[in-house]
Amino acid sequence: MSSNKSGVLMSDETNKGLNSPFRRKLLMGMAALPAMTMLPKASFAQAPATSAVNTTGLAVTDTEVTVGILHSVTGTMAISETGSVQAEKLAIEQINASGGVLGRKIKFIQEDGASDWPTFAEKAKKLLVNDKCAAVMGCWTSASRKAVLPVFEQYNGMLYYPTFYEGLEQSKNVIYTGQEATQQIIAGLDWVQKTKGAKTFYLLGSDYIWPRTSNKIARKHIEGHLKDSKVVGEEYFPLGSTQFNSVINKIKLTKPDVIYAIIVGGSNVAFYKQLKAAGIDLSKQTLLTISVTEDEIDGIGGENIAGAFACMKYFQSLDNPNNKAFVSAFKKMWGEKTVIGDVTQAAYLGPWLWKLTVEKAGSFDIDKVAAASPGVEFKGAPEGYVRIHENHHLWSKTRVGKAKADGQYELIYETADLVEPDPFPKGYQ
Amino acid sequence: MIINSRFFNRSELIGFVSLAVLLFLILPLSLDIFRLNLVAKYLTYAFVGIGLVLCWGYGGILSLGQGVFFGLGGYCMAMFLKLEASSVANTKIQSTPGIPDFMDWNQLTAVPMFWKPFYSFPLTVLAIIIVPGIFAFIIGAAMFKRRVGGVYFAIITQAIAAILTILIVGQQGYTGGINGITDLRTLYGWDIRTDHAKFILYFVEVVLLFGCIIAAQFIRLTKLGRILVAMREQEDRVRFSGYSVANFKIFAFCAAAIFAAVGGAMFTLEVGFMSPSFVGIVPSIEMVIYTAVGGRMSIFGAVYGSLLVNFAKTMLSESFPQLWLFGLGGLFIAVVLAFPSGLSGIWADYVQPRIDRLLSSRKPKAAWTESSVADGAPAE
Repeated sequence: MSSNKSGVLMSDETNKGLNSPFRRKLLMGMAALPAMTMLPKASFAQAPATSAVNTTGLAVTDTEVTVGILHSVTGTMAISETGSVQAEKLAIEQINASGGVLGRKIKFIQEDGASDWPTFAEKAKKLLVNDKCAAVMGCWTSASRKAVLPVFEQYNGMLYYPTFYEGLEQSKNVIYTGQEATQQIIAGLDWVQKTKGAKTFYLLGSDYIWPRTSNKIARKHIEGHLKDSKVVGEEYFPLGSTQFNSVINKIKLTKPDVIYAIIVGGSNVAFYKQLKAAGIDLSKQTLLTISVTEDEIDGIGGENIAGAFACMKYFQSLDNPNNKAFVSAFKKMWGEKTVIGDVTQAAYLGPWLWKLTVEKAGSFDIDKVAAASPGVEFKGAPEGYVRIHENHHLWSKTRVGKAKADGQYELIYETADLVEPDPFPKGYQ
Repeated sequence: MIINSRFFNRSELIGFVSLAVLLFLILPLSLDIFRLNLVAKYLTYAFVGIGLVLCWGYGGILSLGQGVFFGLGGYCMAMFLKLEASSVANTKIQSTPGIPDFMDWNQLTAVPMFWKPFYSFPLTVLAIIIVPGIFAFIIGAAMFKRRVGGVYFAIITQAIAAILTILIVGQQGYTGGINGITDLRTLYGWDIRTDHAKFILYFVEVVLLFGCIIAAQFIRLTKLGRILVAMREQEDRVRFSGYSVANFKIFAFCAAAIFAAVGGAMFTLEVGFMSPSFVGIVPSIEMVIYTAVGGRMSIFGAVYGSLLVNFAKTMLSESFPQLWLFGLGGLFIAVVLAFPSGLSGIWADYVQPRIDRLLSSRKPKAAWTESSVADGAPAE
């Protein structure tokens, strides 16, 4: 607080000094300290004038900048989205503690999307039109993102979207901090074929756009790029479905080398329990999922899913200094029992990437932030180094983890290099 | 002339005029365009509410599936707007340009047959009225001719709402699935997303709403309205008097469906997308709640109920993102327990008598109050 205030005072002086030759002379004649305030780079809290960094009327004052947080904290999605809200609040607190963005503290306005897509659109509009938020961290499901996307494009806002998703989208107004489908899928399939010698795959999914598109990419990769491999079954279940017995019987009949499961939300609990009850032992049967993070295991129960493999970019157990600091800060803020999944980590990236981009652009203006985004690097990411691609997705590593009975993943494999995001994959559409 | 002079009794006339002043003058002048657009969204539920007053309040037919008709109307409009938004120029990034984006994601390569009529706006407008109308007629004929009523009817309408949701979600190549039909842009090249367009759409909607209010009032005042009330109270007596009870019920149900569909179509225009989350069981029950809060016997009550409940929803959720649902739930319980006939009941029991007293003390003539009691009789 105090450092911000003094920073602003200094900048005011700087401005006046620049405007008045007399003062300028006076300042120049004085000792080194005031002169230092003339050099923006050297002053300890750089707070450039609001008029210079905000030319489009965003909610930026000399001391504060307002951002929005838009997730479901009520309704069916609340259980998934709460982690994202917590991660975003943690990131904002840490950024404020380290001096804020362009010398301004971040103030956030939280809105509840209530697991209801039109509510998301309504609240997004409120955050952009009424509150003039400089950026919004939010959304989780594809449906909510699709609902708010036209709002962000029309009112020229900036959305940081944390979830791994199906791709087929790219917008000037969105930074996708999760992985798009090809990043998550291809490396995992290559790994499972190489290490398990898998030839036959059974694809499962909840019935909506993300699992369907992901399975489409998986099928094209299996049939077109993996040698002698084929898909022996593909099935979808309505969201919230809890009856998997018939498909489990089919799996037992076809005996696929790999069960490839993209089942989301509460259905997971029923699916893994029924698998176990049907006698399918995941330590012998290879199961690869891209939809079960540590958050979901919390509901499924570690003993029901132990042995399954998950392919994503982050696990809470990652062993690097960034992640250790992140996990301990997260638990300190939100309690020892909280778990951190892939999306939670991606949500944590949002405020940081925005801060870095704003400082690169030297402005809060949406157009400048959007233009400055490609190439922004975040070395402090818990998952390791990430960088924003020209298509507004992140370069990131893909990792495979093995579920353990204590609800954590053990890292088995990670790609050597960052995987390029490719939301419109050629040959996979 | 006689009908004209009786079309609204005095208190209804006051209600009509004050609602008109509120919607045409006070709200547009006092709210910014963002809030006005929200009001427009709330008012789309008022269409459903008016339909429910007719079919539930007067006819005694509780439908827990009005979201079906709201959704059908909304989807018809959304299909037209989506086709217009999916011009070849707008969709050249797709593998098949010129078709809606979600079809492309689901490997469709051509617009399906049942989408074709929605290239034409007149046909779309016709479909908004006719599709839900026919659908309601089929349901109504199947149910009421077999004398299915009461709770069974409510349960069946709810099942239909659930079935339609599953159908829409499951057939995502044809319907957009759970994402719904999003990113709607223009109507005949007129950008519906601009502030100016929102302003005009608001007035279009209010005019349509008053059209529905007048139509509902007309139905209520004719012999038809009285038969509906009679049926609600003593169905067998009406049947024994020689009326075809089923036909009257079908009519009320169809009228309610068409009102809901008009609301749904306006919703798509105001909000800019349509999704299965307005079709299912929860939104259908919410619509009944709006009507119950407003007062199921009062057309104006339905409008105020939709406005107030949705307004409370927005306000509470903005102020208390974590707790607002509890607040809203408490509000419903309080209203239903304390005022079973809703807001209009509060008005009629507490406010109206005072106004009457105030006016009658100025004008000693008692003739007015008598006639208003007589007119109000069928509603009791």
